[in-house]
Amino acid sequence: MALTFDKKVFEDIKKAEDRWTEKLKSLKVDTCERLERFSTVSDRPIDRIYSPKDIREQDFDRDIGFPAEFPFTRGVQPNMYRGRLWTMRMFAGLGTARDTNKRFHLLVKEGQTGLSTAFDMPTLMGYDSDSQRARGECGKCGVAIDTLKDMEDLFEGLPIDKITTSMTINPPASVVWAMYIAMAENRGIDRNVIGGTIQNDMLKEFIAQKTFMCPPIPSVRLVTDTVEFGTREVPRWNTISISGYHIREAGSTAVQELAFTLGDGIAYTQEALKRGLDVDDFAPRFSFFFNSHLDFFEEIAKFRAARRMWGKIMKDRFKAKNPRSWWLRFHTQTAGCSLTAQQPYNNVVRTTLQALAAVLGGTQSLHTNSLDEVLAIPTEEAATIALRTQQIIAEESGVANTIDPVGGSYFIEKLTNQLEEEAFAIIQKIDDMGGMLSAIEKNYPQQEIADAAYRYQRQVDSGEKTVVGVNKYATSETIPVEMLELDEELERLQIEKTNRIKEQRNSARLRECLDRLEDSCRSATNVMQPLIDAVKADATLQECCDVYRKVFGEYRDPGIY
Amino acid sequence: MVQKRRLRVMVAKPGLDGHDRGARIIARAFRDAGFEVVYTGLHQTPEQIVDAAIQEDVDLIGLSSLAGAHRYLFPRVVEILRERKAEDIMVCGGGIVPEADIPVMKKAGLKEIFTPGTTLDSIVAWVNANVKPR
Repeated sequence: MALTFDKKVFEDIKKAEDRWTEKLKSLKVDTCERLERFSTVSDRPIDRIYSPKDIREQDFDRDIGFPAEFPFTRGVQPNMYRGRLWTMRMFAGLGTARDTNKRFHLLVKEGQTGLSTAFDMPTLMGYDSDSQRARGECGKCGVAIDTLKDMEDLFEGLPIDKITTSMTINPPASVVWAMYIAMAENRGIDRNVIGGTIQNDMLKEFIAQKTFMCPPIPSVRLVTDTVEFGTREVPRWNTISISGYHIREAGSTAVQELAFTLGDGIAYTQEALKRGLDVDDFAPRFSFFFNSHLDFFEEIAKFRAARRMWGKIMKDRFKAKNPRSWWLRFHTQTAGCSLTAQQPYNNVVRTTLQALAAVLGGTQSLHTNSLDEVLAIPTEEAATIALRTQQIIAEESGVANTIDPVGGSYFIEKLTNQLEEEAFAIIQKIDDMGGMLSAIEKNYPQQEIADAAYRYQRQVDSGEKTVVGVNKYATSETIPVEMLELDEELERLQIEKTNRIKEQRNSARLRECLDRLEDSCRSATNVMQPLIDAVKADATLQECCDVYRKVFGEYRDPGIY
Repeated sequence: MVQKRRLRVMVAKPGLDGHDRGARIIARAFRDAGFEVVYTGLHQTPEQIVDAAIQEDVDLIGLSSLAGAHRYLFPRVVEILRERKAEDIMVCGGGIVPEADIPVMKKAGLKEIFTPGTTLDSIVAWVNANVKPR
């Protein structure tokens, strides 16, 4: 236990700094600065220089320490990337299961080390491809999954007992996970062998991403069912990926991303405890998902602060004993909303900087956006460049040779402290409102994010914030990029496939399975095993979700702006 | 002189796409510009949008789409307006719409398409120049 600078050393440094400050005054530096106010993309004011005075109160053991030791500021693994690099996990999904399977195989061949699935809007919202609500959207921004057969086609030929799979799915997460477990079991792979992640974070859906189906309380109940089932039966699965990514994409600041994400994590922990689970049984399987945005240093500090905060929340607030429960493990995606349709090749550079911030921040897994992702689903070439970006950072730049290379920087440590302090103040506010569910009901996070998004847009429009190629250095010529075109026939083909499966299944067995699912929803027993049985009987995604809608009702967007 | 009534504009999110950052920012900018704003909220079918537009007696519908379904959903809104004899309600769109789709959208009856990077003030100016209270 020791302050980073003892009193004597600090006094000497302070004298030197005072002398320097006087010198600046004589040089009238204030009058010849490039900007009136320097600030981050989140509008945080930034000082001219940072020095020991900014971390005066810093205690090395308490605040920084060593990796894999509390408070985890420097990372969760003892040797970080010197042991194993982060998982290179490119988010992919397009058209039919077969189209996406082809893309998965390409990415694995090019050196990707984990799979990540993007679903189309109907799947994300719990509709089959033949639903009237799905018209025009089938396979458009991800893969269409209606039945277990689609899930089997999606992972055909991929070693799911060795490679982990992430699935970005929320309201129907339990159904899609049931399909994945059923697919593995049909291949003879036990559920306790498979590893991966379902996003399954409904709170941030109400706050930011806005794919919702049932109201918040039953939605969280279904999330808790998966947590309970995973804890007992699928021990290598991350049952929730508590996500700040979408909160940031919706326009939040870095601090809001941190506070609302960890606030959601607190709420899920409270719900699982209410279910009678032991915190040390389920908390080690919670994972996180953050955005890596444009402001390089603020983002690095955000990741470091997130780890330290979660460690404290788990250890001090929830009294977790297992150090694994204290770990904040996270996936990162570079900021989609920072990409520009204008001069799209510049996006490669933006993504590189953001990916570098994620790596310096100690991410466990990373998706790098493709240069054309602002326009359409990436082409194979664009997705490969994005993967190569990670490989260059990992294997050429040298940044993965040592752990937390920016730790100890006055600026980084000060930013880390500031972000933590401000985010804890927001979490306190949420606690005072009665927790995250009631804060959402009061529209608190939604309104805060909308305000920040509007403020930022006005700053861009006025030129206060620069967007290269858009409000500065714009050119009139348009730079052509090749864009992926999806087969117009895919919607019809997908509907035909689903209809064929519906005709061939045993309808008595199906009915029985769906009735059992409904009973389980009504009686508040865990839905997972009934779901696995139902999808094995070829119940479609929508048929399972219709049971949810029937029992729990539907949530409608309040339409606040 | 009779005071002209304020413009009534609807901001609408057709389809299942949940990206509402842009739509909500536009709705605020329209409100700040002095228009009366109706925001539909998310996940509206084309039929629901047209019903609401007629009921609310709006002068303009602004459609927002970021998940690739504009090719079906945008023209469908115009088509239903025609079926309901409400084609005097102007329709424009915005979001992630590839350059190549813009002529197709205009041919289908959308008056204008605003792509990423357009400033709020220029959209407001376009509305003031092109939309008259009905």
